Amino acid sequence: MATARTWKKPPFIEDPRLRWGLWIGALVYLVFAFGTMEVNWGRVTEGVPRAYRFIISFFPPDFTTRWSDIRDGLLESVWMTVISTVVGVAISIPIGLGAARNLAPTPVYLACRSIVALSRTFPEIILAIFFVKIFGFGPFAGFLALSIATVGFYGKLLAEDIEDMDPNQAEAVRATGAGWFQWLNYSVQPQVMPRMVGLALYRLDINFRESAVVGIVGGGGIGATLNTAFDRYEFDSAAAILVVIIVIVMVLEYLSGIVRNRIQ
Amino acid sequence: MPVKQQGELKVWQRRERGKQFAIWAAWLVGAAIFVYCWQLISERTIWEFVRTAPKETADLAVRMVPPKWSYMETLWVPIWDTINIATLGTIMALIIAVPVAFCAARNTTPSMIFVRPIALFIIASTRSINSLIWALMLVTIIGPGVLAGVIAIGFRSIGFCAKLLYEGIEEIDENQVEAITATGASRLQVLGYGIVPQIMPAFAGIAVFRWDINIRESTVLGLVGAGGIGVQLSSSLALVAWTQVSLILIAILATVIVSEWVSAKVRHAII
Repeated sequence: MATARTWKKPPFIEDPRLRWGLWIGALVYLVFAFGTMEVNWGRVTEGVPRAYRFIISFFPPDFTTRWSDIRDGLLESVWMTVISTVVGVAISIPIGLGAARNLAPTPVYLACRSIVALSRTFPEIILAIFFVKIFGFGPFAGFLALSIATVGFYGKLLAEDIEDMDPNQAEAVRATGAGWFQWLNYSVQPQVMPRMVGLALYRLDINFRESAVVGIVGGGGIGATLNTAFDRYEFDSAAAILVVIIVIVMVLEYLSGIVRNRIQ
Repeated sequence: MPVKQQGELKVWQRRERGKQFAIWAAWLVGAAIFVYCWQLISERTIWEFVRTAPKETADLAVRMVPPKWSYMETLWVPIWDTINIATLGTIMALIIAVPVAFCAARNTTPSMIFVRPIALFIIASTRSINSLIWALMLVTIIGPGVLAGVIAIGFRSIGFCAKLLYEGIEEIDENQVEAITATGASRLQVLGYGIVPQIMPAFAGIAVFRWDINIRESTVLGLVGAGGIGVQLSSSLALVAWTQVSLILIAILATVIVSEWVSAKVRHAII
């Protein structure tokens, strides 16, 4: 008697050798990873009541005691965010134009691409460490670190956007006898502008979040206030700062969502 | 079409006069805000230090070369730790992010009024706190080490993964779900046979994408004591051992490049 045929769900990876190979590889890796992970379990179990106390000491968040410090740090963060986004975007426009394959000659293309790649490599915080060393403590170092990170992010996306634009429009404008700047202004810019405004707002959002960490290494802003609060074991003030950060990020995200919807 | 009258001639213009003025006003306001912020920042900057910056930079550059290659021996374990922090953190984040994403997506959430706002709040709050701040808190709770790093990376990634995943779930083809439902499948079966196969590629893509970001982030977690190569970086900085710092930066660069290459390969294979 023939056995009844039943349907089986097709696997996500079709080749069985690859599928099992990946599973076994993942398993071996996990065993090794957990095996070599040095965890002081005594300290972790000790951490459980500590976590409880820690969370308790977070509530209620104390906005009042350190309010003037929080306000100062926050304002500094906002200034830093604004100028680093503006400066970063301003620098990344020529670099982004140069890094677009269809616009720039090869040597310029390569130079601009390497600038973008270089400024994308290191996290903001490492840049901030170096700028603090070079330019001294304070928001100036944080501003430079965020600006450079912005160049890497924005320049790359601008270049990719220009590469994806519709060449017909560009050709049409060029056929009218437009000069290079006119061509840029009337064919390239209108095509990339809506997305780029959205991305600038997105970067503003990221820069604010990052401004909260450059302070940990001395780059000024709310991060410095937060770090001080942790160092002084004033967890209720720290909680207040975190709440403020979350609220501002949410508001920024909401606003940039509205603006992006209206532009696009 | 906006036109300007110039004597007899009609000249084409890009924008209407009102719109042109509005754009000018926006630029003016933007420039004013920028100048104001710049002034405030410059008040808090010690320009004396900025003036000495070129000298400092040159000094630093001299002290950083050549990288102390022999130090590499002590770096292999921290690099391995860094990769583990990123990978295990990503896995942890994905395990938590999947149910959160299903609760946040409009078409799969059990309840629009109660569950969805909670899920959205989890997404927003985990996303807006940087992994370094998570690490800062976790180090105070469970002590310095790799575990704090894994959990910090995990928490930070929940929001990111869940957000991308729930957007993916909202974009699925409803016809397939309906077809599965029509066979009399239970809710779980619909999930398994109608929704999961559709979002699997997006899920794999998100996992690899986030893993790549996490490698970058986990290189610096050690600055606050949460394990990985950042611990070496922070102690070398404290010891002012600049030749070690430059080697560590090279090691970070290499790790990041390799991880980017791996994730590009994997994404290419999936899509």
